[in-house]
Amino acid sequence: MDQSQGRTARPPAAGSSADVATISGHRGLQLEEPLIFEQGEPGRCGVDLPPVPLVSERLGALRRRAETGLPGLSEPQVVRHFTRLSQKNYAIDSGIYPLGSCTMKHNPRLNEKLARLPGFADVHPLQPVQTVQGALEVMDRLAHWLKTLTGMAAVALSPGAGAHGEFCGMVAIRAALEARGDARRRVLVPESAHGTNPATAAICGYEIETIPADARGRVDLAAFKAKLGPDVAGIMLTNPNTCGLFETDIVDIARAVHEVGGFFYCDGANFNAIVGRVRPGDLGIDAMHINLHKTFSTPHGGGGPGSGPVVFSEALAPYVPLPYVVHGPDGFRMIERQEGKAAPFGRLKGFHGQMGMFVRALAYMMSHGSDGLRQASEDAVLNANYVLARLKDVMTPAFPGPCMHEALFDDGFLHDTGITTLDFAKAMIDEGFHPMTMYFPLVVHGALLIEPTESESKGSLDQFVATLRALAERAKTKDTEHFHAAPRLTPRRRLDETRAARQPVLRWKGDPSTRQAAE
Amino acid sequence: MPETRFTQEHEWIRMDGDTAVVGITDYAQQQLGDIVYVELPAVGKALKKGDEAAVVESVKAASEVYAPLSGTVAAVNEALAADPALVNQAAADAGWFLKLTGVAAAEFGQLMDEAAYKKYLAGLA
Amino acid sequence: MRYLPHTEADRRAMLAAIGAGSVDALYQDVAGSARLPGLLDLPRHQPEMTVERELAALAARNRPAGSMAFFQGAGAYRHHVPASVDHLIQRGEFLTSYTPYQPEVAQGTLQALFEFQTQVALISAMDVANASMYDGATAAAEAVMMANRLTRRRKALVAGGLHPHYREVIETYGRWGGFTVQAGAPDPTGIEDLVAGIDRETSCVVVQNPSVFGHISDHTALAEAAHAAGALLIVVVTEIVSLGLLTPPGEMGADIFAAEGQSIGNALNFGGPYLGLFATRDKYVRQMPGRLAGETVDADGRRGWVLTLSTREQHIRREKATSNICTNSGLCALAFTIHLSLLGEAGFTHLASLNHARAVQLAEKLGAVKGVTVLNPAFFNEFTVRLPKPAGAVVDRLLERGVLAGVPAQRLWPDRPELADLLLVAATETNTEADLDLFAGALVEVL
Repeated sequence: MDQSQGRTARPPAAGSSADVATISGHRGLQLEEPLIFEQGEPGRCGVDLPPVPLVSERLGALRRRAETGLPGLSEPQVVRHFTRLSQKNYAIDSGIYPLGSCTMKHNPRLNEKLARLPGFADVHPLQPVQTVQGALEVMDRLAHWLKTLTGMAAVALSPGAGAHGEFCGMVAIRAALEARGDARRRVLVPESAHGTNPATAAICGYEIETIPADARGRVDLAAFKAKLGPDVAGIMLTNPNTCGLFETDIVDIARAVHEVGGFFYCDGANFNAIVGRVRPGDLGIDAMHINLHKTFSTPHGGGGPGSGPVVFSEALAPYVPLPYVVHGPDGFRMIERQEGKAAPFGRLKGFHGQMGMFVRALAYMMSHGSDGLRQASEDAVLNANYVLARLKDVMTPAFPGPCMHEALFDDGFLHDTGITTLDFAKAMIDEGFHPMTMYFPLVVHGALLIEPTESESKGSLDQFVATLRALAERAKTKDTEHFHAAPRLTPRRRLDETRAARQPVLRWKGDPSTRQAAE
Repeated sequence: MPETRFTQEHEWIRMDGDTAVVGITDYAQQQLGDIVYVELPAVGKALKKGDEAAVVESVKAASEVYAPLSGTVAAVNEALAADPALVNQAAADAGWFLKLTGVAAAEFGQLMDEAAYKKYLAGLA
Repeated sequence: MRYLPHTEADRRAMLAAIGAGSVDALYQDVAGSARLPGLLDLPRHQPEMTVERELAALAARNRPAGSMAFFQGAGAYRHHVPASVDHLIQRGEFLTSYTPYQPEVAQGTLQALFEFQTQVALISAMDVANASMYDGATAAAEAVMMANRLTRRRKALVAGGLHPHYREVIETYGRWGGFTVQAGAPDPTGIEDLVAGIDRETSCVVVQNPSVFGHISDHTALAEAAHAAGALLIVVVTEIVSLGLLTPPGEMGADIFAAEGQSIGNALNFGGPYLGLFATRDKYVRQMPGRLAGETVDADGRRGWVLTLSTREQHIRREKATSNICTNSGLCALAFTIHLSLLGEAGFTHLASLNHARAVQLAEKLGAVKGVTVLNPAFFNEFTVRLPKPAGAVVDRLLERGVLAGVPAQRLWPDRPELADLLLVAATETNTEADLDLFAGALVEVL
């Protein structure tokens, strides 16, 4: 007897998948999801809690009278809500994320497992020191790896992210200058610097003066030396720089700054190019922040958390902020106030740093080892140069010669097409690729900065390059319609950023009584 | 007919009796793109020529507007708070920024007239 | 090597395509003296199994809070986080995504941030919140700097009841960023007259509620006094669960709310990563630091979200930015959002009530021990206890009996021996009645 009831096993001949209207508003696996505030019912709760013991309240007269207005949802509804939201995100786990200066490398899950061990996760920062020796040893070991990889004398682990690390480094410089009674006014910053550099210098009370780049994309050494003087506190350089190039004259630059009694701060965002191949300490750097969430694989998490430890030269070592870990005969302990000859400039953050990121970064370092870290840097540089070599005939490299871990193009190849860097990037999105960094650094017009990282296979890079080549060719045919309408295949198309800025809506303001039941 | 003069930073200045009305030119608003916010100085503030007078914000950039003349801020265009798009739509009149009193006629006279500004713009293209 | 996809054949093919003889050629710009000839003196690569074994051994040398009757607070609190939270934040699309600069492929992150901002504004009764800061202490320092910009003054008045780490961070920013800090002495009795310290040079008054000693106060009169002098009121909260039961800062006249969000969604993690919450009034939004998610529509008219008001930030405004902050605490904010979504109005209030009830029960049991005084008439889930012996030693001896009794005040104020007999004690929903009895019983034995 025929049990199949007429069910066919092959797709029908007719019918196209072009724009089909649906009843629900969902489109296959692309599911629309309202705000949590538009779902939920008062009294519904996704957490079961034990009954409240009967006590006489001791809240003074300050018991809350008004409701918060938070929506109530059950656990399945919350899980579905955030699962659906996650499905609207691109991620490293999904595909190449070629953002220059961000180092979007693979985030190993081993790191997540280890950070969640109760011995690391369920420990309070103020526990008696004898109950947290393992945690303090993690910090000590990480400090050792960071100092050895950079060739520097001391490290501050507490800064919360790169910009915080920049503040830490610049304050240490200021503290060192004041300690010798030599307050200075100016800090020199290349025009290509990341915005956090001048922002940080300004917070520290310094005047910023920009240094131009030369035709090869590096600091113009003569122009730089001309700006040096006894009132220069220091220089803030990124190396390799934000154009993806190693500063050829960096040793001379360091010497020149030191000769006038200033200090050399290095933005370590691009450290991934040189780990295990060059030590910043050998270049004359006095302070450098390291982005654990870039170079050392801790996850970006949609914008954070990061971790920005700062390594210091001997000259700045006395000024490392509180608190820090030391190893003594009785084990590890935390120094939380000024002791001995040290002149810490103060505390930067609550407690002592992003411990969860320390565990992750240390697991990564131990996994790679000195050999793997060096190989990773070489592969990062190899990958960027491969992309550069395979694209330089159809796109316009900003500077001649090889690059380091990131390749910089300008929008010359789009000249007279009516298509901008932004349009090109949006077209990449429809092709399933996250765009590269756009419009940064500012020194190049319509910049496109590609950093593949060492995590991309040759096959992945070949696919990426092939698509960009085809898009560049298509742009040259002036097919503006294709580029201006992009993206068309994403959960949302281009969004009105003007409206968002002119009429800011920064929170849900709906009426709780009009809440619908969740799906 | 009140005369309008211009600066190389694309500001226009129109003398209305003793008061100078200041705004940015149509060229400037085109360069800036959609304007989302204008930060205006406090009424009563004394400005020297070249002082930062206002900040014009688009989505992706913020540009300083410098005082083209020395003077005291007598009024600012309150309409821009609710509708910064006025600067894009009507940069030369309804999108004015501020009014300065106590300006020196000599300083005004040193600025580019309309013909000179048009020539300057042609040179930029 | 498991994280590196290339084979030697791949590398050779790629070098050929580049036209370089070896990868060394790509490092040609590095001065010879700076080139490392060989490997640095660090361990070589290890299998996952080995790394796991080594780090697990280090973890095993710590005593987790869950292995004891645990009562520490003072800025970080042990709460139960539902299993769904950690599971959801580890989805690759959340964990391994970047800042949502390309909104078309980041609507998940942006919508979650919009929900987070709304939640923070709701619980604090403020108008608008940002997408997070590093932690409560740096949020407090940023709040002071924002008040300085708004008032164009450079003197902050800081309550003695503010967590010393927070005060120290504000002082660091003040010392090196060019503003002064007038800080009150820590007063365990909770009586502090800040109004007397306000003058026409004060940019802001910074208070913590509940204070570091656990005292709860109504700061409405202080807000009025500050405003009359042209200054702003900044209210700091270190135990965010307290907002489930207490009058929120927005209803007390706060201008800026700076808080630690760790208690919701995030484990103790030995001090980090934590979650800075920051909120203010609508009229001050353009001076607020940090990222902001805003609602808009797309080309097809459908609702969506983008990062907005970006001209405040460093990547556009550079040296004139409201802050240098770039990376925030995104994943911790997501954990907060998910946990608070699970709790909802009813759950948040219930959780707060549980915390308070446990603390009241504990205060009664401890207060009944001879020689022990609870200093707070009113508190949320944390209070200060005066012991007849130095608190540090008492804590060590109680530890031997499986009780971590709290944070000795001298740990936070090492230079104040007059506080040596004080202990900061916190109780949360994770403490059972058996924990409380163990604590009280052990305390009797030890004293």
